[in-house]
Amino acid sequence: MLLEFKDLRVTYRGSRGRLPAVRGVDLAVDAGETLGIAGESGCGKSTLAMAVLRLLPKSAEVSGEILLDGEDLLQMGWGRLRAVRWTGASIVFQGAMHSLNAVQRIGRQIAEPILVHEAKTTPAAAARRAEALLERVGLPASRARSYPHELSGGQRQRVMIAMALACDPDLVIADEATTALDVMVQAQVLQLIAELVTERGVGLMMISHDLSVLSAVCDRAAVMYAGRIVEQGPAGEVFANARHPYSAALSAAFPVIGDPAARMSPGGLAGDPPDPVRLPEGCSFRPRCAVAVERCGAESPELLAVPVRGSAGVADAARVSACFVAQEGMPVVL
Amino acid sequence: MTDAPPPADGASTEAPSAGRAQSRRSPRDVNEHGERRVSSGFGRYLLKHAGGAAVSLLLVLFSSFFIFRLIAGDPIDQLTKERPVSPEQRAAMRAELGLDQPLWQQFWDYIAGTLTMDLGESFQYRRPIFDLIVERLPATLLLSGTGMVLAVVLGFWIGTRSGWKQGSRFDRGHVATGLVLYSAPTFWLGMIVILVFARYLGLFPVNGMRSPSTPPDFWSQAVDIGYHLVLPVLTYTAVVYAGYLMIMRSSILDEIGSDYLTTARAKGLRDDEVRQKHAVPNALLPTVTLVFLALGSVVNGSIVTETVFSWPGLGTLFVNSIFYPDRPVLQALFVLFSSSTILAVLCAEILYWFIDPRIRRS
Repeated sequence: MLLEFKDLRVTYRGSRGRLPAVRGVDLAVDAGETLGIAGESGCGKSTLAMAVLRLLPKSAEVSGEILLDGEDLLQMGWGRLRAVRWTGASIVFQGAMHSLNAVQRIGRQIAEPILVHEAKTTPAAAARRAEALLERVGLPASRARSYPHELSGGQRQRVMIAMALACDPDLVIADEATTALDVMVQAQVLQLIAELVTERGVGLMMISHDLSVLSAVCDRAAVMYAGRIVEQGPAGEVFANARHPYSAALSAAFPVIGDPAARMSPGGLAGDPPDPVRLPEGCSFRPRCAVAVERCGAESPELLAVPVRGSAGVADAARVSACFVAQEGMPVVL
Repeated sequence: MTDAPPPADGASTEAPSAGRAQSRRSPRDVNEHGERRVSSGFGRYLLKHAGGAAVSLLLVLFSSFFIFRLIAGDPIDQLTKERPVSPEQRAAMRAELGLDQPLWQQFWDYIAGTLTMDLGESFQYRRPIFDLIVERLPATLLLSGTGMVLAVVLGFWIGTRSGWKQGSRFDRGHVATGLVLYSAPTFWLGMIVILVFARYLGLFPVNGMRSPSTPPDFWSQAVDIGYHLVLPVLTYTAVVYAGYLMIMRSSILDEIGSDYLTTARAKGLRDDEVRQKHAVPNALLPTVTLVFLALGSVVNGSIVTETVFSWPGLGTLFVNSIFYPDRPVLQALFVLFSSSTILAVLCAEILYWFIDPRIRRS
């Protein structure tokens, strides 16, 4: 396993008391595998991403294990952690405008991690590598001399990708990497990410609220709700044939293009995600759930293998869902 | 306020002067934006800001003439003080000082004179004001220049570290110390400094810029001036550095939650590298104007300090001229002080073009 979360819990201490953002996540990414993480804003998916390189604010209490190549990131000393940052795992941040330093040239920002991590590399060699990376992500090498504001949103996101690849990491985390882009540019950038993942064999953990983005790029997908994984399985299947009412609602929220019926009645989900300070008893999705049964209000469901439609009630080990209804083989949509 | 006419005169002439400045400004602006098309972005940027500075300078020039005619009464009364003077003598003095001319003639002489560096003659020294300023300028530049550089460097250094570790003991201690010194009156702090370092400890001279007994060779003179410089510079720096500390601190605080700092951390940079390579360059941008304003006030920034330490600079000259009152000197110094600030701001704007790549776009 390249990356493994074991019972990861993140709690923010705030003025309103303790705020659990991630509540016991077990998740794994294999080398060369692409894992998508979906969920609404505030479900804890970005916290998960930032936890990997320990970039969370000081107010966050983190427990559990995050193993990168078998080494627990949460137990590392600062020196080792700095060495692992960007070489073991790197991040393509959301909102590339603010994630780049506005007063530094692009080339220097891409070359910076190379110079930090490879003591033997000269600045000139690092600059040449930065230019090569820019060309790889489809920008002219001369762009190295530009400032971030001189680029378009899509170009900046390409720069972020080039920067993330600078130290040849084993794992790349893309946190809403294409969210701010328009659809055409988004498609190009997704195409680029998919290419690079195959070409370099890096593991990719892609975080997005947009299911179409995840199903286009990812092998596997996990759906998060209120700080927990509620469903996991092969990406296409999770979204086409959800085994948790929340993932079903999430898929239905994106109308099918060309289907007039879907356009007239976009299947949104009523209500808001629960307040993390006052989570409901039992299943945290119950207040918004259309198929809830009595048991859902009393017990919190575990993430268990679930039978898939057409498999005659036999549980498929690749599909797990934290829903009592799905675990009994019942349909999760009305 | 025995003489009613001069203030009334001054007041009546001020309104048209403001009107003239107004009418002068509008065709200028039209010129810059409409007729004169400058192809390069920098040319237009420079012209726009230089035009603004020129308008400000003109306003300073006009107002200086009238302000000091409003606040200082009839100079002949002040020059003769309580001595009995015959009307003939008064008339002769008026003629000698050029005060018998009509106001518009005096105004014209003043404008033409100032523009050609002929600043007139001082009432109290009976010497060309230009010479007086040239004599005293180096002493002022030495004192407040040294103090300003020290204050900026010290303030920025502490401010950066204070903001980076907001709420730490370093932060709280330095902010408290800085603000106490900042709010201390300069003359009071100066006297404390004199009391402690000159009177009790006897380490440094009390006043002046050099001792008469020092040999005339360059090095002895330099050492002697440096020795005299310590206490005034100490006082001056202590009073102003907290301003730079607070500005730099809040500028760092503005940057501290920024995403690009998270990127820098994720890349594996050490905390001090994140601060120095990423946070500080961004935080310095908004302080450039401030530094240049500071440079502009090097000429007039140390009036009180100079007075406390009898430093032979422009500040002492200014204070003496107020007490005399020496209207031509005040007038000239007012123009000098204001124009140095205006020019410094202009320099800051020009520099922005080169250091902040975002300005070139707009």
